[in-house]
Amino acid sequence: MFPALRMQGRERTALTQPADEMSKSERPNPLFRNLNAKVASIPMILTAMVVFVGGTVWTVLYSFTNSKLLPRLNFVGLDQYYRLWATPRWLISIENLLIYGVISLVFSLVIGFLLAALLDQKIRFEDTFRTIFLYPFALSFIVTGLVWQWLLNPDFGIQHVVRDLGWTSFSFDPLYNSSIVIYGISIAALWQGTGLIMCLMLAGLRGIDEDIWKAARVDGIPMWKTYLFIVIPMMRPVFITTLVIIASGIVKVYDLVVAQTSGGPGIASEVPAKYVYDYMFFAQNLGQGFAASTMMLLSVAIVIVPWAYLEFGRRK
Amino acid sequence: MSMANTTVQTSTAAGARQDVTEPYGPKPRRMFSRRNIFLYGTLIVVALYYLLPLYVMVVTSLKGMPEIRLGNIFSPPLEITFEPWVKAWATACTGLNCDGLSRGFWNSVRITVPSVLLSIAIASVNGYALANWRFKGADTFFVILIVGAFIPYQVMIYPIVIILREIGLYGSLSGLVIVHSIFGMPILTLLFRNYFSSMPEELFRAARVDGAGFWGIFLRIMLPMSLPIFVVAIILQVTGIWNDFLFGVVYTRPDTYPMTVQLNNIVNSVQGVKEYNVNMAATILTGLVPLIVYFISGKLFVRGIAAGAVKG
Repeated sequence: MFPALRMQGRERTALTQPADEMSKSERPNPLFRNLNAKVASIPMILTAMVVFVGGTVWTVLYSFTNSKLLPRLNFVGLDQYYRLWATPRWLISIENLLIYGVISLVFSLVIGFLLAALLDQKIRFEDTFRTIFLYPFALSFIVTGLVWQWLLNPDFGIQHVVRDLGWTSFSFDPLYNSSIVIYGISIAALWQGTGLIMCLMLAGLRGIDEDIWKAARVDGIPMWKTYLFIVIPMMRPVFITTLVIIASGIVKVYDLVVAQTSGGPGIASEVPAKYVYDYMFFAQNLGQGFAASTMMLLSVAIVIVPWAYLEFGRRK
Repeated sequence: MSMANTTVQTSTAAGARQDVTEPYGPKPRRMFSRRNIFLYGTLIVVALYYLLPLYVMVVTSLKGMPEIRLGNIFSPPLEITFEPWVKAWATACTGLNCDGLSRGFWNSVRITVPSVLLSIAIASVNGYALANWRFKGADTFFVILIVGAFIPYQVMIYPIVIILREIGLYGSLSGLVIVHSIFGMPILTLLFRNYFSSMPEELFRAARVDGAGFWGIFLRIMLPMSLPIFVVAIILQVTGIWNDFLFGVVYTRPDTYPMTVQLNNIVNSVQGVKEYNVNMAATILTGLVPLIVYFISGKLFVRGIAAGAVKG
């Protein structure tokens, strides 16, 4: 890794040296001041302006066109959005995203915090437990989804095992039952993601001054009350960043659904990200894909903008 | 609830005794107190739940198909067979290719290695420029970059398809490497910028006085001092890029699919008889690289995701 870096460094120095000398001898041009730093930032500037800003503006602009197979600037106003919100598959996607989002938020926060609180009791083998709770996070959503697809398989998995034990009417087939399929997907998502939340919460708990605990103990406040009324309010920043992380992960949910159900049974477990992908690359209805992705952007903005405003507005 | 009460009781008991004998340090706890049984009991049950899928994966992959059809997914294999692993690696079919996951594995290696190197090279220099050589407007671009990290990928997928098509890299591995470098940039730049900012300013000033320039300071002073953060960045990127599915499926063709995409195609293919043992072997094989990275790196992995997550 380092030789590669060094080589690149030398090449760039060679390229930018004359410009530096020129700026010294002639009248200093502000454009050439600190030139190396500007050269080093070109990838960032290109990414920020061309891909992030340019790409977003482009997609939003083309969401007002009737592009089909190829992007064309043939404006049709809000037609794509009307069509989008009249498509049952999109409505189901949104509903699923909401259910999945609420489950992810509530359960990963609660479970993550409880696990962190348990690990924070000065227990033995803390590292072992933490390693076990966090390892699913190293796995991809595809691997996670496929494992849980196998565990929840009604013919072989948990349902089959419980029925073999004698409880023959036992039914647990969330991935094959269209009314609860999104809950089945959430099980896998929670298994994969709670470890991360636990780690963040644990870091937050470790940041609480030991004296707070001592003071609460001296005052005879029960432990759960100390957590609920003293520690959690003190961890507000940690909770907010965790919330933002979970929320931005929720909108992205795609691979997990593809691996576990491919959107099925029927269209019962469709999600917006999958809708976008399918309309852009399979249905060859680019306009619909752009409109749907713009709606995704809008939903993220609703979460992120107030947070960024609070976070950065206050700092200034 | 009971845990809370017992703790409070023990602590008050300790406090009462303190007046008489002035003991030093906390009161030694009994190993099998109610608190400990509750605490460790809960942790062990939860740990078993987290380990269960891994166990089932391994067990299933070592069984033959007849045993899977008759038996119980939790029971250990009666007859251990490695045939599913061989088949998953070498002969499992996706579409027309029947050379197993090995193709996807090598594709993923050819994607991950250059992507990790390129993204870290760009981001480290960039973070250094932002920390020590700030120019006018640099912070604006940086804020755009960080805010951009929250934009759903779906918004930018198609414009990137067009850009890659224009420069003739759409569908190639190099195209995907560029995409990974682009989307790795916000978090890595943040990581490096924060790390370089936390270095003592005197170091930088002294080097400046001695006549070192932009690259001289970076290569001779910053790089040697920032090995830990490079390791964190490598861990972050290797697991992230290896586990990627969306970019792989959008920007590559069937014969250059990364491992995750190929795995999904093998397992979720609708043709043929489902071979669950082969599927599980393939799943483990795909998960193996990030798992190995995770278990070797240990605390650095935690540091990486914490740095990445909290600040990102």
